[in-house]
Amino acid sequence: MHTIKGTCGFFGFSKLEALTHAGEDLLSRLRDGQTPLDSEVIAALLSLVDASRAILASIDKARSEGETDHSALVDRLARLARERAHARRESQLAAHAADASFSGATVEPAETSIRVDVGLLDNLMNLVGELVLARNHFLRLTAREKDRSLVAASQRLNLITRELQEDVMATRLQRIGNVWNKLPRMVRDVAFACGKEVRLDVEGENTELDRSIIEAIKAPLTHLIRNAVDHGIEKPGERAALGKPREGRLQLMAFHENGQVNIEVVDDGAGMDPAKIREKALRAAFISADRAAQMSDREVLDLIFLPGFSTADRVTNISGRGVGMDVVKTSIEKIGGSVDLTTTLGHGTTVRIRIPLTLAIIQALIVSSRGERFAVPLRSLLELIRLEGDEVRTGIEHVGGALVHRLRGNLLPLINLATELELDSSGAPSGRSDGAVNIVVLQAEEHPFGLIVDQIQDTEEIVVKALGKRLRSIPIYAGGTIMGDGKIALILDVGHLARRASVISEQATRAFPLKTALPAPGRAARALLLFRSRDGRRMVLPLSDIARLEEFSRADVEVAGHRPVIQYRGHILPLIFVEELVGQRRGDQERTRSSEIDGADRLQVVVQSAGDRSFGLVVDRILDIVEEPVSIDPVRNLKGVAGAMVIGGRVAEMLDIESLVQAADLGMPGMESDVVALGGASHA
Amino acid sequence: MHETSRLATFHVGSELYGVPVERVQEVIRYQEMTRVPLAPPAVRGLLNLRGQILIAIDLRQRLGLGDDSRGIPSANVVLRTADGLVSLLVDEIGGVVEVDEGAFEAPPPTLRGSRRTLIKGAYKLKDKLLLVLDGDAASEWKVPERVEEA
Repeated sequence: MHTIKGTCGFFGFSKLEALTHAGEDLLSRLRDGQTPLDSEVIAALLSLVDASRAILASIDKARSEGETDHSALVDRLARLARERAHARRESQLAAHAADASFSGATVEPAETSIRVDVGLLDNLMNLVGELVLARNHFLRLTAREKDRSLVAASQRLNLITRELQEDVMATRLQRIGNVWNKLPRMVRDVAFACGKEVRLDVEGENTELDRSIIEAIKAPLTHLIRNAVDHGIEKPGERAALGKPREGRLQLMAFHENGQVNIEVVDDGAGMDPAKIREKALRAAFISADRAAQMSDREVLDLIFLPGFSTADRVTNISGRGVGMDVVKTSIEKIGGSVDLTTTLGHGTTVRIRIPLTLAIIQALIVSSRGERFAVPLRSLLELIRLEGDEVRTGIEHVGGALVHRLRGNLLPLINLATELELDSSGAPSGRSDGAVNIVVLQAEEHPFGLIVDQIQDTEEIVVKALGKRLRSIPIYAGGTIMGDGKIALILDVGHLARRASVISEQATRAFPLKTALPAPGRAARALLLFRSRDGRRMVLPLSDIARLEEFSRADVEVAGHRPVIQYRGHILPLIFVEELVGQRRGDQERTRSSEIDGADRLQVVVQSAGDRSFGLVVDRILDIVEEPVSIDPVRNLKGVAGAMVIGGRVAEMLDIESLVQAADLGMPGMESDVVALGGASHA
Repeated sequence: MHETSRLATFHVGSELYGVPVERVQEVIRYQEMTRVPLAPPAVRGLLNLRGQILIAIDLRQRLGLGDDSRGIPSANVVLRTADGLVSLLVDEIGGVVEVDEGAFEAPPPTLRGSRRTLIKGAYKLKDKLLLVLDGDAASEWKVPERVEEA
């Protein structure tokens, strides 16, 4: 502060000089214990930091201090320095006492840590990985050895290698506190913006995590905390009325448990009401009435993790907690973690995140197909099935061309690894002479599927290695690993494998692709959104395809590139008027290019995300949510229509989103799922 | 007096190729590799270089010289590229050759197809031509359509 002040005087930046002078004054009084540190002083100091930064940024950009007037802040700082200088004698004494004990405690021994280049640590980790492999090889060679001393030496090598591996891994760990440092300020700001009083308690900031994981949890954690302050904790007045302390309490805890790291975000706010969520979900057409009645409270709570179970206040107003929870969940699951939520109405909410210690070493199942080995991350594995003899014939059935297996009454889609990877089946041995079939049941984004492989080998701890840029274009591999024999095995990315095989579509939540998998007899019913287009036709879309239902005012529609668009959550959302595109015979699309918005003042919009872009379908009215087994009758060559089906005794057209998007030729940049952009603060 | 530069040379088919010697990290003999299903045909596989996973690119394939009926290439030339190490599979290793910059010529306009992007030019040696390979280009490729769809 003093340095800035001095330099400012030198360069003639008078505003910044005045500001920093006042700040320095206050700080020096604080240091001398003449002024007690309280929340008002802290608030003033934080504003000082912000204002100084703003001026510095302005100097950096425009070479001037900018026009903003900071004299009010200068006065405030000066007043605080003056007023508090007359602070009570006791507090001064107390401050001195605290000062004394503080300085006593901080007499540190010599520096015990050094800075090390991260690249060096990564190198060390690689070398240790190599050493582990060399040891494995050596152990195998000496396994049958009779020579006592050689066996003893190999065992020593084994032990030392293991210890070395653990210690080197430990060097990559960072304190979770590094991420948390910024949180108190954020909590303060958000709480202030919402007019709330919140105390943040942090526990376990010394818990250590691999640095790659620390990076990955930053955004979701920030989001959760924002949410808790913004929507969880009530306003001071409300709290007082409920007999709670005016100041809300937000707890952030981290601890190790069973080789995993647990992080908990606990608030003592309003909690969530399952009944309310149920009602909102029903209204927002996420579940049918029947389903809603059957769901347990637990299941209802899980609804808030659905993509699009939403924020938009009109649709769901459950204290807005749905905001972006799906994004939190997917980011955590991406690093092999899980998110769990418990809530007590009136007493608060706890969000518990469990994440692995490291991404560098994972548990994997080794399988092989046509003589090639692959590693499947264990976290995606559900179970293993082996079909022998007659079972091979009866256990695998066909639906059209697709293979399925009846697993406890449900049809499990099967894919063959050799087929998916186009492994040539000609010369190579299929691995099993007895004709048995091995099925690895995996789960990708909640959708189970069976992977047929030739052989199932062992589970192993593997060291994940990057394949480099050149193979990134083949997303089916999550990386590579070096096996005990020094050879490389590819690690399968289960999500991409499933996507490639169309077990799940590009869009994460679709239950099965419409085009390829026509329903098998007995296929479970799907939830469908039934609506009426503005030219009066009945249409349906799978509910799982729909991100949100929104209502916009007609006046908000703007035009960009000859296309009606609307500003939506900080992005531009292109609008498609269903009747303009859907179901016209090819060639007569010029019929209604009006896009003129007649009729009602409010537009009913079904928000879709197809791949990486979002758009809104303008419809006349949402009619109903129905649960029907999908059985589509193909119809004539109609654009945007996958087929027709009968719902409630009347025909409705099933839309085909992909072709609709093509027809609309959306040249719009997509909406990105940005945790921060989806953040609750925007609704504050 | 012309400047000289040093090229590490190797044979592919009947031709002699070279890359600047400082781009070559090391040369290792041919070893068994792990196939990469769905990868372009020029990717022969992955190999383990002291714990680092390298892609091995079949230079013969890459240069469009067709399959060699005589069997497997004999050596991996491990090259430093902008995107890390990559291994080029070659038929036979030559020596390090010191060439005179004055003997360099750009490729003839009649050189077409994929090789046009891979061959930077040629040094006229006494008895034959030494073709200069663009190591970065040789280790790049376009992803086939079907993979992008997936």
